Amino acid sequence: MLIVIGLIFVTALLAPWIFKLFREKTGWILALLPLGSFLYLLSFMPEIAAGGTITQSTTWVSMEFFEVNLAFYLDGLSLMFGLIITGIGTFIVLYGAGYLSGNEYLPRFYLAILLFMGSMLGVVLADNLISIFVFWELTSFTSYLLIGFNHEQEASRKAALQALLVTGIGGLALLGGMVLMGFASGQWEVSALLNEGDIIREHPHYLAILLLVLGGAFTKSAQFPFHFWLPGAMAAPTPVSAYLHSATMVKAGVYLLARLHPVLGFTDTWMILVGGFGVVTLLISAWLSLSFTDLKQILAYSTVMALGTMMMLIGLGTELAMQGLAVYILSHAMYKGALFMVAGGIDHEAGTRDVLKLGGLRKLMPISAVAAALAALSMAGIPPLFGFIAKEIVYEAALEATLLPVLFITLAVVANIAIVAASAIVVIRPFFGKQVETPKKAHETPPSMWIGPIILAVLSVVFGVLPFLVDKSLIVPVAGSVWGEPLDFYLSLWHGFNMPLMLSLLTLAGGLLTYRIWDGLRESAPMKGYQMVFARFPVNVYDGLVNGMLGLAGWQTRILQNGLMSNYLVTIMVTALVAIGYTFLTQSGIIWNPDFSNVHVYDWALSITIVGSLGIMLAFGNSRLTIIVAAGIIGYGLSLIYLMHGAADLAMTQVLVETLTVILVVLVLIHVPKIKEVRSGVSRTRDGVIAISAGLMMTLLILAVTAVPFDAFISEYYAEASYPLAHGRNIVNVILVDFRALDTMGEVVVVAIAGLAVYALIKMTRPGSSKENKS
Amino acid sequence: MQSLILHTTTRMMIGVLVLFSLFLFFRGHDEPGGGFIGGLVGAGAFTLYAIAFGTAATRKILRIHPITLIAIGLASLVISGLIPMFMGDPFLTGKWLFLELGGSEVKLSTPLIFDIGVYLCVVGFIVAVIFSLEEEPLTF
Repeated sequence: MLIVIGLIFVTALLAPWIFKLFREKTGWILALLPLGSFLYLLSFMPEIAAGGTITQSTTWVSMEFFEVNLAFYLDGLSLMFGLIITGIGTFIVLYGAGYLSGNEYLPRFYLAILLFMGSMLGVVLADNLISIFVFWELTSFTSYLLIGFNHEQEASRKAALQALLVTGIGGLALLGGMVLMGFASGQWEVSALLNEGDIIREHPHYLAILLLVLGGAFTKSAQFPFHFWLPGAMAAPTPVSAYLHSATMVKAGVYLLARLHPVLGFTDTWMILVGGFGVVTLLISAWLSLSFTDLKQILAYSTVMALGTMMMLIGLGTELAMQGLAVYILSHAMYKGALFMVAGGIDHEAGTRDVLKLGGLRKLMPISAVAAALAALSMAGIPPLFGFIAKEIVYEAALEATLLPVLFITLAVVANIAIVAASAIVVIRPFFGKQVETPKKAHETPPSMWIGPIILAVLSVVFGVLPFLVDKSLIVPVAGSVWGEPLDFYLSLWHGFNMPLMLSLLTLAGGLLTYRIWDGLRESAPMKGYQMVFARFPVNVYDGLVNGMLGLAGWQTRILQNGLMSNYLVTIMVTALVAIGYTFLTQSGIIWNPDFSNVHVYDWALSITIVGSLGIMLAFGNSRLTIIVAAGIIGYGLSLIYLMHGAADLAMTQVLVETLTVILVVLVLIHVPKIKEVRSGVSRTRDGVIAISAGLMMTLLILAVTAVPFDAFISEYYAEASYPLAHGRNIVNVILVDFRALDTMGEVVVVAIAGLAVYALIKMTRPGSSKENKS
Repeated sequence: MQSLILHTTTRMMIGVLVLFSLFLFFRGHDEPGGGFIGGLVGAGAFTLYAIAFGTAATRKILRIHPITLIAIGLASLVISGLIPMFMGDPFLTGKWLFLELGGSEVKLSTPLIFDIGVYLCVVGFIVAVIFSLEEEPLTF
């Protein structure tokens, strides 16, 4: 499995060059990659169906107290997610080729979508908690690139940042939860953790772990009150919305909670939190979908509703709920993927996604119309489609909830009424009724764009009529992984005349009625207010927080970095004085025993020279050149002191740095006007007091430090080990390039960054000077 | 700068300075010197040349853009760290190769590649800054 993910990443990085070779055909070539991965995963199906699991492991980071393994774990749950990611991924790569055909950034799309695909596969296949987190963050990052694909539009950039911040903060919470979980159980592999559920549940940190993990899952899977980022992310091109924001990434939170259900679940806290947030989300978002006329917004809110349903099922935590979850995830991925792709097709061919401006497209786009109709029937839960089976089991599970079944079933039915209406809107409005003049003259989409939706839609029918095709082979193992122990059941279309069927009929009738009155409902004041409270208000809160943070940053920057160099120096000096002085006085106290016995005449001469040039600086300090030269003398004096004490390397470095500094500073100062005194007498006195105190403190500190006997252990070690271990006699250099090479590397990188920054600041901020830079 | 003395001395000194910087660089593992000090002397040589003949002439004798020097330097650091990883050791472990050439021993090693990286980064950094400051009229 490592090879599959690695191959996807490598192909992603090569995508721009592959595009140069194959141009328009790139989509068909690249689609072979997810298709191959799909078939590869499919080959494990018999083994998984027989109750087996597969683990593959490679050590990645190895440390004393823990290891990070690139371990992969395949069971029912990860297999189904893997199949959805690669299967729909195949169609998305094809679809993107058609949808973005002619877009100059198409290679960039392939790059990012494949990177995302690899990361997402990593999330669902990885076994190690830390590697799950790394892949999880990679999906956030790649989704940022994909949402901001139209980077020239401010709305896209804003939506991308919003999604990144919301899911990124959740990701940090998740990391905290995972680390706590790992240390609580001592297990970092999910496959091993699954047996440690009791330890985690009885651990004093259980609540903290649960809240942190939920923080990650709820933000990623857009649960209330974080649901707002997902409709915002519709700024992305439609292939991205279809893939990330309905079929795969937003289900990462669902996947994670389903995966950890045997570890964290089966408690009242779990049920109340996961089930509660799920049911609130599904209710709020189902009706929000009816307040929009943009196809993608309607679908986005219905996706949030579906995610809420999945969360509710995980929260319910019964056997039946697990079955419902397995069926629901599969059916949702198929119909919602198809609907999003059709919506993008309509946008692409007719030039608008507003259902009020569309109508009668079925004659112009027959294949899309069939795909949309079948998918919408599945979404509405109408027999004999797969979505019907899903909804029946969801109702059954809600009816048999161990806590408040009446509440759960009522809310589920009320929400599903809205979804039936939404299904009707997204297919009847654009495709049926009178033909309407559209911004572009509509015609059928190219094959690359209809092949995905039609296959997914037809599969919704096939799996609905012949559920035995998927039940034992896929659905049962999935439900078993989430439940924690193998389950045995089968799916059927007909359950007899029972309560769920009655509720389905009620839902259908209610939904069709709602559709009839939709035009009035949408424009009514309560609906507008509803939209204001639940769709706009969270965005406003988010904007307020971000702007507040920026305001705070601006305020503290204006205070601390006001551009006056003497202010910076005062801040640094006073901070050092207080922090060091406090520690010094409380920890060691003043030690006054200066010993002048080893001081030679030349030491005196040097010290007097250094202090003397300081005096020159102070006395004639109104010319910059004088100050620089005086500072240079201090530097050269210091290097002589180094030399007298045997530090030749240090002395040479000091001399060279001093020389080059003088040259650099002179180059700058040639252009700077004469010194003007801007400080008042009071602040000059203040600065003087601070300077003298700082100098006094350093003197006392050095006296105190030298009074402590010198421990030569480290320097002796280097002196002894330098030649045998590193084949060098110059200890300074050996330390720099061998013993502590990593430190040096960090310092050199700092030098490189500083060089680039100076270069960029001086050369690239000036209009007209940019041409020269290319040389 | 238009000064006959400076021009003549610089022409004579530039080669000596570059050689001296290489000398300092190569002796660095056993005697005072090394990539950092050698790099500073090398940078000093080009700085002197830039002051005497201007940056356009210096770019010509340097041939490589200073930012590229920094890039090559950073790459050398990373390469010297990666080589031991292919032999199963941690990042930046020193690896040595002792060759007998004409009766004297030549030591080749990954710390040498590392030090080359330090040298190039230091030269690139200082020359990049000098070029920027010399070429762009700063206004306040």
